[in-house]
Amino acid sequence: MAVLLLAEINDGVLSVDATAKAVSASTSLGDVTVLAVGATAADAAAEAAKIDGVAKVLVAEDALYSHRLAEPVATLMAALAADYSHIVAPATTDAKNILPRVAALLDVMVLSDVTAVVDADTFERPIYAGNAIQTVKSSDAKKVITFRTSTFDAAGEGGSAAVETIAAGDNPGLSEWVEDKVAESDRPELTSAKIVVSGGRGVGSEEDFAIIEKLADKLGAAVGASRAAVDSGFAPNDWQVGQTGKVVAPELYIAAGISGAIQHLAGMKDSKIIVAINKDEEAPIFQVADFGLVADLFEAVPALTEKL
Amino acid sequence: MKVLVPVKRVIDYNVKVRVKADGTGVDLANVKMSMNPFDEIAVEEAIRLKEAGKADEVVVVSIGVKQAQETLRTALAMGADRAILIIAADDVNTDIEPLAVAKLLAKVVEEEQPGLVVAGKQAIDNDMNATGQMLSALLGWSQATFASEVDIDGDKAVVTREVDGGLQTIKVNLPAIVTADLRLNEPRYATLPNIMKAKKKPLDEKTAADYGVDVTPRLEVVKTSEPAVRQAGIKVESVDELVTKLKEAGAI
Ligand SMILES: Cc1cc2nc3c(=O)[nH]c(=O)nc-3n(C[C@H](O)[C@H](O)[C@H](O)COP(=O)(O)OP(=O)(O)OC[C@H]3O[C@@H](n4cnc5c(N)ncnc54)[C@H](O)[C@@H]3O)c2cc1C
Ligand SMILES: Nc1ncnc2c1ncn2[C@@H]1O[C@H](COP(=O)(O)O)[C@@H](O)[C@H]1O
Repeated sequence: MAVLLLAEINDGVLSVDATAKAVSASTSLGDVTVLAVGATAADAAAEAAKIDGVAKVLVAEDALYSHRLAEPVATLMAALAADYSHIVAPATTDAKNILPRVAALLDVMVLSDVTAVVDADTFERPIYAGNAIQTVKSSDAKKVITFRTSTFDAAGEGGSAAVETIAAGDNPGLSEWVEDKVAESDRPELTSAKIVVSGGRGVGSEEDFAIIEKLADKLGAAVGASRAAVDSGFAPNDWQVGQTGKVVAPELYIAAGISGAIQHLAGMKDSKIIVAINKDEEAPIFQVADFGLVADLFEAVPALTEKL
Repeated sequence: MKVLVPVKRVIDYNVKVRVKADGTGVDLANVKMSMNPFDEIAVEEAIRLKEAGKADEVVVVSIGVKQAQETLRTALAMGADRAILIIAADDVNTDIEPLAVAKLLAKVVEEEQPGLVVAGKQAIDNDMNATGQMLSALLGWSQATFASEVDIDGDKAVVTREVDGGLQTIKVNLPAIVTADLRLNEPRYATLPNIMKAKKKPLDEKTAADYGVDVTPRLEVVKTSEPAVRQAGIKVESVDELVTKLKEAGAI
């Protein structure tokens, strides 16, 4: 058995955390070959070669793969599939865009957001916003899988896998990139941060979200948000935590002004310690919080920032 | 241009899901079912394209049990013109997998020749996030997933996508598959007069066999279990106490 793992690469830079977590999820399935795809991917490939448990790295560099549009990357992966029993990736938006397309090209189902490997054919995945865990056994010849990164530890560094350049695949010529709107930030990345401070509708405005950000900066934390906060324009979309946003499991998750809808809980209930600050003592978030503080966040959050 | 919108009947997003004690699935007996929230957004987008003169017909399709008729009627009441129901199961507990759904949709696309398919990004029951991408692969069409803005520009669509890093805008050739994310629009409610009118709109009934598609699942559900429950925590009285507790727990 052998695994082809799509490395998470943005603008030529390897996302080590997401990729290394997918590697540790995959090692029990066979030798792991990492595929580094991009307009520039050589540096990312060299980085990936250092991840423990990686047997080999393939690098496909071509202008065709800039911004990793789904159609050309899926075409390449399907063309490489013959040699592998499992085709996997970390469950990032990039991979969720690409892997189901690969699966359909191979006439197999995709296993999305897998949280545990039972054996080579059997996997666990959350359904209904994490309110149930399904164990499924695949009868497909090849398994196409995205791994939920928050449930796997990152593989360490110390490997020195061989890196091999491969030719680019066909260009389906179906779509083109126009622009990215990416907010630059010095804060840790949301899905790999040790601490996350999130604000909800209770924060009330974009200006007041600064008190959430101040607490986050004091703690060296990433900033998250509920859907309501994003919909209301208090926070950018990439901060959304939940069923359809990012799934996080930090050491400490602080939720301020968030009620705790199941769709939000789906994205953070595996955090080690959860703190909830909410002025409504009946808020459902308190049912999952290790430490609940019934208070006005406009007093409690700045006071907490002050005292840390 | 015709727009095709696949809509799925799912457990209502407000319902607290209960796992059956025997581990065979979740309890769907007597629970409120609704249109998948992302599909409401997709239907809304299609109707807006029609209202803007960019589309001339909106066709909705649902695959599953007979009761999915209700979901289609809701879409018709929102403003879709016509519906196709493909019966592929008779037990409400049977979920048709994205690959089979995509194969059936590909057949419908062959027949209907839409210029655009707008699906939801994800069904909130199986949380697969796969059907749109799979359909696009089967048809060899372009795909624009997780859309928060769609602009039809001649024979192309300019789509802004919600991605991990922020927002990405791409331009795709038509025909294309777009999948709707939460912030694409706010779906309208069906008004009573429109609900009445929807009863007279055409709803075609087919079966999976009519299209010659095998819907046998590739993934056998071995069991369905409860997620780990969190121990109830404590309430702290003040910010000072919170800081003390967090220090004791080694969290800060
Ligand atoms: C298909 C679908 C997908 C979804 N996906 C997601 C998702 O990924 N992530 C997500 O978060 N949601 C998601 N949602 C939305 C979810 O159902 C809730 O609507 C949302 O999480 C509510 O956000 P909130 O808690 O910030 O707002 P509210 O529920 O309005 O809660 C605000 C809270 O703030 C408290 N508050 C107000 N003022 C103060 C104050 N001064 N001090 C302290 N507390 C205060 C209130 O007591 C209240 O509890 C989804 C919904 C659907 C239908
Ligand atoms: N049984 C179905 N009938 C109609 N549309 C479906 C069905 N299953 C999935 N879809 C469409 O595909 C989208 C994504 O579903 P999924 O891939 O299952 O998460 C949904 O939002 C629907 O638009």
